[in-house]
Amino acid sequence: MILNASGCLDALTAPDVARALDAFVTKTVTPLPRDGNAPVRIAETDVGMLNSIGLANPGIDRFLVRNLPELAKLGVPLWVSVGGFEADDYARICERLDDHAEISAIELNVSCPNVESPAQSAAQIVAASRLATRKPLYAKLSPAVPDVTEVARAAREAGADGLSLVNTIRGLKLDERTLRPVLGPAVGGLSGPALKPIALAAVHACHRATGLPIVGMGGVQTGRDALELIAAGARHVALGTVLFGDPSAPGRIRAELAVEAAGHGWARPEDAYAAAHAELLPFQAILGKRSRSTL
Amino acid sequence: MLRSERLRVAALEAVGPYTLLRLQRGGLDPGVPGQFFMLEASGRLLPRPMSLCTAPGGELGFLIDPIGPGTRALCALRPGDELAVFGPLGNGFRLDVERPLLVGGGIGIAPLPYLSAALGGPPAVLGFRSDWHAEAAALVPNAEVCVEPTIVTELIPEGVDVLACGPEAMLEAVRRLVPDAQLAREAPMACGYGACYGCAVEIGGELKRLCVEGPVLEAA
Repeated sequence: MILNASGCLDALTAPDVARALDAFVTKTVTPLPRDGNAPVRIAETDVGMLNSIGLANPGIDRFLVRNLPELAKLGVPLWVSVGGFEADDYARICERLDDHAEISAIELNVSCPNVESPAQSAAQIVAASRLATRKPLYAKLSPAVPDVTEVARAAREAGADGLSLVNTIRGLKLDERTLRPVLGPAVGGLSGPALKPIALAAVHACHRATGLPIVGMGGVQTGRDALELIAAGARHVALGTVLFGDPSAPGRIRAELAVEAAGHGWARPEDAYAAAHAELLPFQAILGKRSRSTL
Repeated sequence: MLRSERLRVAALEAVGPYTLLRLQRGGLDPGVPGQFFMLEASGRLLPRPMSLCTAPGGELGFLIDPIGPGTRALCALRPGDELAVFGPLGNGFRLDVERPLLVGGGIGIAPLPYLSAALGGPPAVLGFRSDWHAEAAALVPNAEVCVEPTIVTELIPEGVDVLACGPEAMLEAVRRLVPDAQLAREAPMACGYGACYGCAVEIGGELKRLCVEGPVLEAA
């Protein structure tokens, strides 16, 4: 399944792009409306981009009244990304989403790099949310921790049905001339190709540690990138920064993914699931050793 | 529906310090003056937003100031090169004005040639920081030109409908002078179609996306 990364697409301003996805993930919804951070909010880096949007959103009340009915008309399964500052914030929003049949799943954004971290741990947030909803709960984690598998395991124990890996990580860009930070709040979340190896590592490790379904994201530009995330252990792949420069990315990457999978002998891309974890057959191990020794 | 195509470079022309990048139009609509396109910048992750400068038959022209890696990559294109372009995007100028005066500053004159053509060549006042930069005034017919330290707002008479594009300080000065002016604003933009929320500017006391609400805004 190909989704968008939360905050990287507005389905109401670009419905055709949203319809090209298998599910649309909303921008993070918080208890109260948020204007977001002061400009400048984005900056390109050599191998990615920084953003410091700061969870701009209409708040849960307006979201339910104004946005959700419009989103439901798109005919695309909806995932709602939920944010807050206390475990209670998340739980209260989950409770209000629970009755809406048009929502397929909830993603708990416990790792936005552009707002203060929630006071409570990911596990406490997942546990509180679990009590508030029967919907599938995905915990979106940051890779910027000493051991992401610890957080992933704790999220699973607290009742998460899946993981979204990874959120952006903090970065800084200085202006070419003034050497002052480009972004209004100085730092922002790094996304784009720079994030891909970090995402692969987190997906690989968390698949092994938890076995939970994973939405893999971080630097996917091509079908090959998507295939690598699936091979590392992602059930689904989300597109983020690539959507900014290429609104046709969902269809393009889906087609490239099929070709890449076929090139490796898989009939369907999902057949590549967790291929990176497969035991090497003896002759493959020998070939691997030989190629390493000749380096 | 977002229209995206790969367009071929027809020519590049030096205009003072700027470059007029002329692309074969393909199937893209030039849109309304003040609307913009996202141009792929070779070797960069993000496309660059550029308002349409000229739209002669079969072409789309963009006036580019090579100030960073993306704009430098665009100015380094060669005739025959191809690049992905999508648009037109955003909201352009309202053309139902009685006594139009175009006001431009620096690279902010970029949308004015196409706007001037759409309005039948109304008077324009343009300000630049040097005579070299002021060479770009040749793109706008019927223009009165000033160079710093004279500033362009000194040239705006009373009782005109102002359509302006230029640096923030100029636009703010125009707004104070002509409260109902139409102002084309600028903000860093990753996507141009409302996806990234990066181009937020304060509109009516709230931070809103310039690509969706603008880039042309009513001053009041």
